[in-house]
Amino acid sequence: MDLFEYQARDLFDAHGVPVLPGIVAETPEAARAAAQQIGGDLVVVKAQVKTGGRGKAGGVKLAKSPDEAAEKAGEILGMDIKGHTVHRVLVAAGADIAEEYYFSVLLDRANRTYLAMASREGGMEIEQLAVERPEALARIPVDALEGIDATKAAEIVDAAGFPADVRDQVIDVVVKLWGVFTAEDATLVEVNPLVKTPDGTIVALDGKVSLDENAGFRHAGHEALVDRSAADPLEAAAKAKDLNYVKLDGSVGIIGNGAGLVMSTLDVVAYAGEELGGTRPANFLDIGGGASAEVMANGLEIILSDAQVKSVFVNVFGGITACDAVANGIVSAFKLLEGRGESVTRPLVVRLDGNNAELGRQILTDAGLPGVAQVDTMDGAARRAAELAAQGA
Amino acid sequence: MAIFLTEASRVIVQGMTGSEGRKHTQRMLASGTNIVGGVTPGKGGQTVEFDGGTTVPVFGSVAEAADATGADVTVIFVPARFTKGAVYEAVEAKVPLAIVITEGVPVHDTADFYQLAANSGTTRLIGPNCPGLISPGRSNAGIIPADITTAGPIGLVSKSGTLTYQMMYELRDIGFSSAVGIGGDPVIGTTHIDALAAFEADPETKAVVMIGEIGGDAEERAAAYIREHVTKPVVGYVAGFTAPEGKTMGHAGAIVSGSSGTAQAKQEALEAAGVKVGKTPSETARLMREIVAGL
Repeated sequence: MDLFEYQARDLFDAHGVPVLPGIVAETPEAARAAAQQIGGDLVVVKAQVKTGGRGKAGGVKLAKSPDEAAEKAGEILGMDIKGHTVHRVLVAAGADIAEEYYFSVLLDRANRTYLAMASREGGMEIEQLAVERPEALARIPVDALEGIDATKAAEIVDAAGFPADVRDQVIDVVVKLWGVFTAEDATLVEVNPLVKTPDGTIVALDGKVSLDENAGFRHAGHEALVDRSAADPLEAAAKAKDLNYVKLDGSVGIIGNGAGLVMSTLDVVAYAGEELGGTRPANFLDIGGGASAEVMANGLEIILSDAQVKSVFVNVFGGITACDAVANGIVSAFKLLEGRGESVTRPLVVRLDGNNAELGRQILTDAGLPGVAQVDTMDGAARRAAELAAQGA
Repeated sequence: MAIFLTEASRVIVQGMTGSEGRKHTQRMLASGTNIVGGVTPGKGGQTVEFDGGTTVPVFGSVAEAADATGADVTVIFVPARFTKGAVYEAVEAKVPLAIVITEGVPVHDTADFYQLAANSGTTRLIGPNCPGLISPGRSNAGIIPADITTAGPIGLVSKSGTLTYQMMYELRDIGFSSAVGIGGDPVIGTTHIDALAAFEADPETKAVVMIGEIGGDAEERAAAYIREHVTKPVVGYVAGFTAPEGKTMGHAGAIVSGSSGTAQAKQEALEAAGVKVGKTPSETARLMREIVAGL
């Protein structure tokens, strides 16, 4: 889960990382109050969006008074930045900047450990710096079991060649940012820029944090950081039912068991759809190994509430759960949906393979569910579902 | 032969007294696995009866279980919040193979226990969030259904459970030496490369199917490894061509970030290394069928 800048700022603050005063606001009036509370001659009004390049897009503005802060917030709120609507601004104390640096620590998948990156040249997009001047970006692997103590932090800071006058301060900040990384179960903690003010103080001016959702069970506070306004309504409804669902923009609804098989199902449907003028999958939905009637009914309900869906492809491989149980699940799901006052009116293509596949197919045949067709192979079933969607479009 | 797991393997199950652990221990026993014990802290000295008349002793710690039974494989079913502790125990008891089935393990925990296992030099880790490992007809350690395939000359390594099963089933008439589900998390123990190296060294394995998915660069690394070190034919499949950037597809590791981790890049890297890559699982199975027919 990626956090907004203001959420990252608050986490930094909570872990002793030096930040400037800042208050999040959702209305111009709130921005005025925030500027008043922060005081000083200058505040910065910053769009809160989970994408880069907001400065260039006009999402960061200076204000010299609370009234001006309200005016700038009015301009920024509602703005579209790379497809992200601005719902909040961060009103932060203005900072004089003498120098800009960069620091991050992240999960390094390829090396199965962590990586710290630091540079004296902050402020610009780090991907750009890494390409244009790789020698200016120090990359130091961090052992998961050893972490970053003062000695390790000094190694990182010296590798990046930070100036002597800020060295000790930066080392301290790096140790504290490592504290954020571990204590919050983050997969990324990035400060860009980390600035030196004219009086020589180090401040984290802008930050990015990504948190590991698997660690949610030990962080009661993380749930509150989820941005509900951004979630697609169908995804939100699916999440409420504990379904592993991702909305896509095609017309073939997909239900399958196992993440890999479902990803593969999307691909196979898209290939089949290429010949039909670009018929595409409408969603990812993994109902897991069990494929119980209730989960199947909930899944069908979510998929059928997507008006773009013209056909549904149920692709199940019977491994641990045998196909006869899955077939019974589908039959019961139809009954459950009927009981909820919803009948399945769009065509359903079912492919059952694996354990007890023949028994499962027989159960579906005998049930004679309306609009349900069975195809024995995954490729053939994908083609049939794509054809039905193309006809229904 | 087979890789990592044979009929001689002595298997313990951490979390055997829980509902998942018990269910899958029953299945493993039914597929011929030599289960020599279970581990549940606080339940040492108990026994568990399984259908078919097998009684399995429960130990309070991995060390006790390993001492008493000579176990060389542990399959871990404990809940995510206890997984790190369970793997630490297995590594400290020097169990040579630890297979972590549990899903939803925090990646900081995995990074820790991966490092501990790597430093130990004595424990190979498979997983977490994986279906485990089967050497058909010999032993089955994890949750892979045993009755969908047979023993034979193909080796299989996959990030995905159900795609593993699909492939095992499609090629059931030819059969498998071993099938390894390495898991779909961002950090995993045994990689595609580790499995490829083991299959290359295993005289019974004649060809290898490698199944990957979006996220990370494990497939690209495996491609480079195949080019340099693998002489046996390899057929590949990659899932996730239609996955949009920035959306996690079921597995915590299955995410395309920017230009990195795309299925396209993985397919190209594999093909450049001489691996035939199927467009669908069925086509991949056909490609393997042709290769086996030509051996």
